[in-house]
Amino acid sequence: MSQNQSVWTSIRFWRQSAAWVTGFAVILLILLTFDTIGQITMGTDADLKNGITKRVPAPTVINYHIDYKYDQKRGHEVPVIGKKEPFFGKEWSPKEAKELLHLGKLTSQAKNCMNCHTLLGNGAYYAPDLTKAWIDPKWKDMIAMTGSKTKEEAMVKFLMDPSNNATHGRRMPNLKITKDEAMGLVAFLKHMSSIDTNGFPRGFSKGVEEFKAGGTYAH
Amino acid sequence: MLTSIKNNNFKYESQKLGMMYFRVAIVLFGAQLLMGLIAAIQFLVPGFLFEVFDFSVARMVHINALVVWMLFAMIGSVYYMLPDETGIETVGIKLGKLAFWVLTAAIVVVVLVYIFIQIGPGKESTIWLINEGREYLEAPRWADIGIVVVILIFYYNVFFTFIKGRKTGIMTVMVANLLALAGLYLAGMFFTDNISIDQYWWWWVIHLWVEATWEVFVGTLAAYALVKIIGAKREIVEMWLWIEVLMLFGSGILGLGHHYFWIGTPEYWWEIGALFSSLEPVPLVAMFVHVLYDWGKEQGESGSKPAITNTPAMAWIVTNAFGNFLGAGIWGFFHTLPQVNIYTHGTQFTAAHGHLAFFGAYATILIGMMYLGIQGSVGAKRMKATFKSKMAIFLITFGVLGMTVALTIAGYEQVLIERAELGGGWDAFFTAQNLPWYVQAQVWRTIMGVVTFIGFVYLVWDLLTIGKQAQAEN
Repeated sequence: MSQNQSVWTSIRFWRQSAAWVTGFAVILLILLTFDTIGQITMGTDADLKNGITKRVPAPTVINYHIDYKYDQKRGHEVPVIGKKEPFFGKEWSPKEAKELLHLGKLTSQAKNCMNCHTLLGNGAYYAPDLTKAWIDPKWKDMIAMTGSKTKEEAMVKFLMDPSNNATHGRRMPNLKITKDEAMGLVAFLKHMSSIDTNGFPRGFSKGVEEFKAGGTYAH
Repeated sequence: MLTSIKNNNFKYESQKLGMMYFRVAIVLFGAQLLMGLIAAIQFLVPGFLFEVFDFSVARMVHINALVVWMLFAMIGSVYYMLPDETGIETVGIKLGKLAFWVLTAAIVVVVLVYIFIQIGPGKESTIWLINEGREYLEAPRWADIGIVVVILIFYYNVFFTFIKGRKTGIMTVMVANLLALAGLYLAGMFFTDNISIDQYWWWWVIHLWVEATWEVFVGTLAAYALVKIIGAKREIVEMWLWIEVLMLFGSGILGLGHHYFWIGTPEYWWEIGALFSSLEPVPLVAMFVHVLYDWGKEQGESGSKPAITNTPAMAWIVTNAFGNFLGAGIWGFFHTLPQVNIYTHGTQFTAAHGHLAFFGAYATILIGMMYLGIQGSVGAKRMKATFKSKMAIFLITFGVLGMTVALTIAGYEQVLIERAELGGGWDAFFTAQNLPWYVQAQVWRTIMGVVTFIGFVYLVWDLLTIGKQAQAEN
């Protein structure tokens, strides 16, 4: 660098600055990644039994009632894992639950769910977001429509024959999902609804009842 | 462009190889647009090709063709500029050509499987052979591995040509950036039952590509093109390039945090993502200013004779400077803060941003590089825009802007009615989708998609004919 040249027009200065800034950003990202991966690794069955909250619970969370409620302190809804409830009429062992979730996640990719739906808000925008699909109030109607006893049974019937159980002109195609795969998918969806998503989606389905009743202003 | 490979005006085989990549890229670009039209129609007429060629298939091929045509055009651009910058022939050109054919054949097989087999049973074999079912990274695992091998060959060529030849600042950035770009692909090549971890690493590939390494790549191409087209001073261009690298990586790497607001990851990403992604538009403004400043300066200094040696390429590069800032910068900033994003996340708002950003930041400059390639192939000192060049750039830009505006309106409606008013979920979703405001926006999106496609036809026509015309004029 000649004596008259300002540092602001020196290629060397900018090259070194670029290297330092990039290096710093990469190191920070790697450190944060270690922390985040630790926090989003699945919990254990023991955590669930002891009431220890994990951002992503163990697969056996499918044995529990899952709700999504407003948390005063955090200022948004959080998943609430409640009492035990049968899932497909039984309690699933850690091994069985893990296998079922594995089948479900694999099926969700094999059937390309993400190119119509969004999962955790990511994917395509042609069909509803599935983040909290398990607790969607719509399943009440679907239980009646499919003549099922439980929500999980209704979901399986829907997934195996979606085009004949459609609610709108925009139907889900028949993806030749087997009964086992459908059960896996339901477990995958139930598990996903138990993930702490920092309050996404906000105010889940809060206006739907009012809307269906024709709005509060109507009566 | 068809005859560009047979022409003897290229001093280097590497540039011929670049043109081979461009040709495949433009075909895939056409496929992308056709698939987009099918998907757009399906929003309006849900029975269209139902259970034959469903939305999920059209949309998968739409976004995959997009990513692949851009990668092809990027590789093509590198092979094209490599001998110019290093002053020597690419070291492993035979291997490079073989890799081209392997990659092209693999892509054809992948697309045919997407179109005809579409989906498979819930088994590992589906992920290995049919599709991986992860947005943008649907390519089955066998193809992933093939892509890695081909990219290794490509990188070997770039790296060793760089080492052997002249070492310019532009190539230094290119070589370092390509290593990061190629390496990141590996983050998307594994399966996990944990959807949060799945999406965590998935975003490493997608975000660190399109909001960091691809942007630096564009900065590098723009630097090369400015030197080539308007004879910009290399010292100035290279200094700007380093400033761009500083700002793009400084904001873009941790800007990754704006994808970690709602996927199960901790709250601290709200602040990190908001802060750094808000800074992401800054380098895009800088790039815009830089291109226009250099253009004005060279134009002023050249006196009476025109400074631009390739007007269609320059037009696309200026469109890139503006489109990158508008599509990636402004439309990205619109919904990057978590306080807004909690409502906009997963709506047509994202699609609006995606359309303008991919077009503005990447499609534009890659098309510009194709025009540069054609000029080189016919050995013309100057290449002037034809009527077809002008129609192409006008219709494509107008069409994409129109689609973006329409999708933004659809997004607003969805954000306010589906999310804010009804709170999301099945009924909220369909209520918002069926309102006239939304449907109207989708109609306009489809019309603007057709406009874009007509522009594409002009573009192909121009690319096929402009070379001969320029040759005749010179």
